[in-house]
Amino acid sequence: MGTDTIAAIATGLTNSGIGIVRISGPDAFTVIKNIFVRKNGAAADVEKSHTVQYGYICADGECLDEVLILVMRGPHSYTGEDTVEIDCHGGIRMMRRILETVLTHGARAAEPGEFTKRAFLNGRIDLSQAEAVIDVINAKNNYALRNSVRQLNGRMSEKIKSLREEILYEIAYIESALDDPEHISLDGYREKLQKKLIDIIGQVKILVDSAEYGRIVEEGIRTVILGKPNVGKSSLMNVLLGEDRAIVTEIAGTTRDTLEEQVQFGDISLQIVDTAGIRDTEDAVEKIGVERAMGAAADADLILYVIDSSAALNEDDYKIIDMIRNRKVIVLLNKSDLPAIVDKDSLTAFLGNPASQKVIAVSAKEGTGFDELKKEIQEMFYEGNIHFNDEILITNLRQKERLTEVLESLERVNESIENRLPEDFFSIDLMDAYGRLGSIIGEEVEDDVVNEIFKRFCVGK
Amino acid sequence: MAVLEETYDVVIVGAGHAGCEAALACARLGLETILFTVSVDSIALMPCNPNIGGTSKGHLVRELDALGGEMGRNIDKTFIQSRMLNESKGPAVHSLRAQADKQEYSRQMRKTLENTDCLTIRQAEVSEIVTLPEAGFEDTVMTGKPKKYRITGVKTVSGAIYHAKSVVLATGTYLKARCIYGDVSYYTGPNGLQAANHLTDSLKAHGIEMFRFKTGTPARVDRRSLDFSKMEEQPGDEYVQPFSFSTVPSSVQKEQVSCWLTYTNEKTHEIIRRNLDRSPLFSGEIEGTGPRYCPSIEDKVVKFPDKDRHQIFVEPEGLYTNEMYLSGMSSSLPEDVQHAMYKTIPGLEHVKIVRNAYAIEYDCINSLQLKPSLEFKNIEGLFSGGQFNGSSGYEEAAVQGFMAGVNAAMKILGREPYVLDRSQAYIGVLIDDLVTKENHEPYRMMTSRAEYRLLLRQDNADLRLRGIGHAIGLVSDEEYEETCKKEQQIEEEIRRLEKTNVGVNLHVQEFLLRHKSTPLKSGITLAELVKRPELDYFMLTEVDDERPDLSKEVIEQVNINIKYAGYIQRQKQQVEQFKKLEKKKLDTDFDYRQIKGLRLEAAQKLNMYKPISVGQASRISGVSPADISVLLVYFEKYNTDQITK
Repeated sequence: MGTDTIAAIATGLTNSGIGIVRISGPDAFTVIKNIFVRKNGAAADVEKSHTVQYGYICADGECLDEVLILVMRGPHSYTGEDTVEIDCHGGIRMMRRILETVLTHGARAAEPGEFTKRAFLNGRIDLSQAEAVIDVINAKNNYALRNSVRQLNGRMSEKIKSLREEILYEIAYIESALDDPEHISLDGYREKLQKKLIDIIGQVKILVDSAEYGRIVEEGIRTVILGKPNVGKSSLMNVLLGEDRAIVTEIAGTTRDTLEEQVQFGDISLQIVDTAGIRDTEDAVEKIGVERAMGAAADADLILYVIDSSAALNEDDYKIIDMIRNRKVIVLLNKSDLPAIVDKDSLTAFLGNPASQKVIAVSAKEGTGFDELKKEIQEMFYEGNIHFNDEILITNLRQKERLTEVLESLERVNESIENRLPEDFFSIDLMDAYGRLGSIIGEEVEDDVVNEIFKRFCVGK
Repeated sequence: MAVLEETYDVVIVGAGHAGCEAALACARLGLETILFTVSVDSIALMPCNPNIGGTSKGHLVRELDALGGEMGRNIDKTFIQSRMLNESKGPAVHSLRAQADKQEYSRQMRKTLENTDCLTIRQAEVSEIVTLPEAGFEDTVMTGKPKKYRITGVKTVSGAIYHAKSVVLATGTYLKARCIYGDVSYYTGPNGLQAANHLTDSLKAHGIEMFRFKTGTPARVDRRSLDFSKMEEQPGDEYVQPFSFSTVPSSVQKEQVSCWLTYTNEKTHEIIRRNLDRSPLFSGEIEGTGPRYCPSIEDKVVKFPDKDRHQIFVEPEGLYTNEMYLSGMSSSLPEDVQHAMYKTIPGLEHVKIVRNAYAIEYDCINSLQLKPSLEFKNIEGLFSGGQFNGSSGYEEAAVQGFMAGVNAAMKILGREPYVLDRSQAYIGVLIDDLVTKENHEPYRMMTSRAEYRLLLRQDNADLRLRGIGHAIGLVSDEEYEETCKKEQQIEEEIRRLEKTNVGVNLHVQEFLLRHKSTPLKSGITLAELVKRPELDYFMLTEVDDERPDLSKEVIEQVNINIKYAGYIQRQKQQVEQFKKLEKKKLDTDFDYRQIKGLRLEAAQKLNMYKPISVGQASRISGVSPADISVLLVYFEKYNTDQITK
């Protein structure tokens, strides 16, 4: 166990000001020596345990951040292994860049609960905690799996599946020729494979790029649009999506159920939820919609509270305001194209915490105010005012790491073709790529190749 | 009634390729061994194809030979043609295949058996296994039967009892065998030999789950009725490499016979398609599961309608017979259809059939009931190997028979069983697959099944396994020392090449240009030059003045190890990772429901399979990586607790 070196962001992705990236394993010191420069220009000193050093994280000639590092020699660390903790500035963007640098210099992204597991296996945690460790692994694995599957719904997962199929076909072809050389020939196959490979490599590169920061966080920030009936929530949703997704009518209570869509604001993605308007109602169906809207608001990372600024606030509004008092909220004064009755100042009195509750005037009809809204959301995110479960980010990092490995494997195949290596070497690296793509979507290899051989090719005596 | 009673150390049931290896291994280890066969004349019979080896199967034979098995030596004595397949591809997939003189192969094996001390051959049908309930596992309330047994011997149809400490079952395709020729079928073993009809019931009564598998064989035809001028000749290799590491290469350079290649065509396919309703495979008459890699010609025509022709290899069955084997034409179509379709094939227009093609159905076990040592999980001292275990092929059978025999012997000798893992040998891959993965067709070895095949080459089987064979006691001191010497020579030569620098001089540059290789800018080691794609060790003789005199085999190893060093290194690292989980042993009596946090499905699977290591557990379908994490943590705690107690 634990002979490789792992790394992860150890702090939650909250607005704590300081973030910690932890590296643990036999190469922890080698990694830090490669990416850290002390204030005086020297490399990290890893001779003495439990020392703090001040300097910069630098990679590829660029300095990323000013940090403190904490060096702990095994077994006197949390995991019992050589460990380095990098105390850096706490923004998500910075922590992620530092973690990426660590990962490209010899560590791999830790699996859920892996630090704890190592701590346990190295006798650093009491035995009675073993089952707690198991629960952590299970819970985190389930969460990560659920998340990666959820994040990957749609295009990315389809893409990976189709890439796997293409690669599997090639492996099966090579393997069937190796197993049955008298029936299946590999003459002229290299050239064919190389063409195919260039195409596949191109597709994987697109995936790696799209796995860049934010984009891959497809789960996004859960943003719930909330408000009374007929204040223009659905119109707003349509403007945000740039299409007519939600049905908009003049009739109050048109949206009966919650509606979810993804939207991209620069490098941040939002999961936007349109809800039924909240009001006291006797209509059974509408009532369910209202309950769902309240439920969605309870789970939200961010609430967009929509008010019709051309009409006075009423009981329903006060109820909503009461409900969202301590939440992250942006109040949207919609219908700003009409004469205003409600304005910023009159609202502030009702709201709880002005720091996390902004008010912006918009017009869904005219499409005004949305640039300001986007800017506000981005700022809240980067300053850490909006945060979401860090496991999502870590899962994404792992995915990107695997995709990069897939790319490396495929490029090795290309190299083998160039170097005129025999065909059986191609399938070794193709198999690597195939397995790694599978691990992203949670599929195991099992007997895929053998099954594909028999399915596709006529082999056998 | 008085019955015959005799006592042996080991009983082997069946004298096919598995049984012969099992019997020889036990007897050679000094144990009193009795080998049962329904017919002494069918010892080491080759009822199907007339070859030994082929892709990945050749690897198995070489490995078996390195461990001290007989198949390699026997084919070296009796082959009539030999070829190294895949020579244009990488060294990992080079595979030796020989055409055997079938009768000679059987005769030679029989001679070897008959001249081995401690080995008795007996013609009789074994009808029952004789057991006692294992202490502590007596009758369970649920079934009214014991949960575990211990073998004490076997009983024959005549009622005779043979006591033994270990028993190896290697009944091949004989259990309740039924041969199907189109619309007619007979309850016989291969070639019309007597089937064994009773043993299945005895096994079922002991709680053993049986499967019904199917395989088939093509027709044999009279050489004199064929027109070879319409076929392509397939001669043997000019230089014959022997199978056995103990065979002197010069002794196998002899005159060889040819095989012949012809093709089916649209007319053939048309006849097949028209008569599909008379094929028992399609009409549902055959219920057994057939192997996908050995499809009948009607299967191929139906599954691959785009292919306008299929290859047929016409192979001699021996030197003293006119029978020829039609490889690629296995079929269970009726006689008249077979005649009609053969006659459409170039060279076969006037064909005379000696034996019809047929399909055969037989009983075999669900091999998940075996430990990796090939001992039954619920019957102590009972081992099994070969087609009985659900595999296919002579070579697959032989290696299992050998391992089952060795471990039956180890049991009696009070020694630990020998289990080869997936990184050590194709044999390890084969057995691990059989005892770990669900298998619904006769299992055939394939190179794609071996994850570490770059390390598991046929050329280094001796370096990998002779030490183990020596430890078992089936490889002589001399043979083992020879391997050690070879290993040392390889290492020294690699070191020399890595240290020897080639300077920039006219002679070298001219040599490089002649071989379309980039000229040198500065000095370089010989090893670096070997690595260049366009060069190899042999070519470098010209620029390597201090080259020692080494055998062909040593040179081959040096060349491969330097040339593919990067890939070999990577696979070695993967093996290291793999070994970590293999080394974590699991208690096979453990109840996995005790582990809190393990998913129910995983706990059920683990309880059913009772894996011997975390590694084996990780290969069971339905056990996820997260389950393995849970297992690791739990057992780490469990072990620490044991130590503290």
